Amino acid sequence: MDQIMLNRYENTLFTPGHRACPGCGASIAVRAILEATGPDVFVVSPTGCLETFTAQYPYSPWGVPWLHVLFENAGAVASGVEAALKKRGLADKIKVVIIGGDGGTHDIGMGALSGMLERGHNVTYICYDNEAYMNTGVQRSSATPVGASTATSPLGKQSWGKERPKKNLPAIAMAHGAPYVATASIAYPKDITRKVKQALSIQGPKYIEIHSPCPIGWGFDSALTIEIARLAVQTGLVPIYEAFLGQPLKVRKLGKRIPVNDYLRQQKRFRHLVEDQSNQEHLAQIQAIADENIARYGL
Amino acid sequence: MVNGKLSVMEGSMAVAQAIKACRPAVISAYPITPQTHIIEFLAQMVANGELDAEYIRADSEFSAISILAGASATGVRTYTASSSQGLLLMTEMIYYLAGTRLPVVLTGANRQVTAPIGLQPDHQDTMSFRDAGMIELYVEDVQEAYDTHLQAFKIAEDHDILLPIMVCMDGFVLTHVFEPVKLFSQEDVDAFLPPYQPIHYLTPETPMVFGSGTDEPNTMEFHYVGHQASLRAIDKIKAVAHEFEAIFGHYRGDLLDTYATEDAEIILVAMGSVIGTIREAVDGLRKEGLKVGVVKVRSFRPFPAEALRQAVSHAGVVAVLDRALSYGYQGILATDVKSALYDAKQRPLVLGLMVGFGGREVNLESIRKIVRRAQQALDTGHIPDETEFLDLKTDTLPHASKVDR
Repeated sequence: MDQIMLNRYENTLFTPGHRACPGCGASIAVRAILEATGPDVFVVSPTGCLETFTAQYPYSPWGVPWLHVLFENAGAVASGVEAALKKRGLADKIKVVIIGGDGGTHDIGMGALSGMLERGHNVTYICYDNEAYMNTGVQRSSATPVGASTATSPLGKQSWGKERPKKNLPAIAMAHGAPYVATASIAYPKDITRKVKQALSIQGPKYIEIHSPCPIGWGFDSALTIEIARLAVQTGLVPIYEAFLGQPLKVRKLGKRIPVNDYLRQQKRFRHLVEDQSNQEHLAQIQAIADENIARYGL
Repeated sequence: MVNGKLSVMEGSMAVAQAIKACRPAVISAYPITPQTHIIEFLAQMVANGELDAEYIRADSEFSAISILAGASATGVRTYTASSSQGLLLMTEMIYYLAGTRLPVVLTGANRQVTAPIGLQPDHQDTMSFRDAGMIELYVEDVQEAYDTHLQAFKIAEDHDILLPIMVCMDGFVLTHVFEPVKLFSQEDVDAFLPPYQPIHYLTPETPMVFGSGTDEPNTMEFHYVGHQASLRAIDKIKAVAHEFEAIFGHYRGDLLDTYATEDAEIILVAMGSVIGTIREAVDGLRKEGLKVGVVKVRSFRPFPAEALRQAVSHAGVVAVLDRALSYGYQGILATDVKSALYDAKQRPLVLGLMVGFGGREVNLESIRKIVRRAQQALDTGHIPDETEFLDLKTDTLPHASKVDR
């Protein structure tokens, strides 16, 4: 079966036929990533959507060696893969890339990621950020943006959604002295591919965060994934940049800027902020985050 | 057959020497007392250029074992050591290693589990892995610790086995004690233990998926094959001990070890460093005319049920010295001994004793007391307390703490 799939799709390292939902942002990110890596890569993934929709025994869409261990240790597992490749004399030939979701990266796997960054392993950690625990049914993660209603930060008489802002993990990666940190969006797949190539050309630990909308979890039409991703960037809520160690940020300029309303109102998770007048203050709070990003990053 | 070089050294150094001789490609560890000397000696060997391994200082024990999973899945030999909470922090990964058949080798330097926090040895930490799929071997002295580590890689990496393995040695009592040890040359160890030849590993030529998911369609089958691998280890552990003897000249290994059991009416069953004390006590008691013997359980998993039945079923009483307890039931080794004896044609009485928790001393007098209990049971045909805490300080206990049932 695997061989038939590989032959049929010989030009792709990530074949169709996997179990991602229609309009899945993460699967778009994976294709753009593998476009950059080529076949000489080992991919490590923590537990999450990507693991679930690509690795149901005995099927696999992966055309590259792929390793899933647990939810909270991808950074450590990849460190071990890299060390073993050195001992096998393959360190120059094979790249090690992690592709994991925000739950496995910002929350439960952050300790292992921090260890990997601090020890300086030659690994590229890529997070497809869909801003909640989608695989388990849309629960809040620390990457969930403020105001979003999720299964564990639900809207209610005493609640307007998640009360805390999104964790800034790229900044934490930079604080480790990582030589390359970047953000990207599935709205711009060529930019993802370019940034992954850039990361792979640099020795040491790299971190890339890719904003990856989820139609099911965010509540929008699955035909609109790219459009939603683009709107997020255009509001300033998702700053797109590259950080080379010791250099000023290289930022993707917004051009035409749009109010956060235009982005929020298209998603069920935020609709209460737009439709309920009592949430004007919270809406202003989210607009302020976008304004602050624009000023801080020079978007 | 070769003659090893005899030197006096700390238990942790003997382990480090064994590991160095086994040439692991990747070592990863996180410090915890009393494992520390082992990983410090190995770090120094790497720093000196005596050991050509990638040594990764992990951010936790959980990361250390995860790093080794990545390395082992990439097809190389791996090693770590830990104790107590550190081992417990690895728990989730031990199940994973067994399920994906990655033969990582560990040293469990036994230490009590918090709470209460304490540094001294019992077996609660390592025995908590009973159902995790890992092979566990318990040693009684430093030479056996050295020998068993050499054997551990060979057992775990055998293509019929491919399971993680832990060599368990009592913290301080064995890790920090100085004893004469016979070390073997690198050449001889190389002859005994060839380089690791993985079957399933990440390699660019044949892209393979590791750690995929399944539930109803295949999970039972996965557990069946893992269980069969562990059962195959019963013969493999023995076979490796014979291969070891052929090269190194002494037989050290097997699943259990018996001493003065042939005609014994009372047999003590235990694991780890307390065995030395029991042997000495048995010698004394034999001189007094008491028919006493001892069985050392060396392999806790796989459990040598058949060998145990053969060794003890003729006795009148078996006294099990347990250094690990299952709250609400009994000592963990005692329950295994009892279940093994259920199938015996002739069943001795089984007396369970909780001893040596938190490193409390078990001396010759303790053993004599246990044998007196066993003698009473033999005389009366009755076990008054299935889970007696030996030398319990009753004056420090709250009132009415004893539950009669």
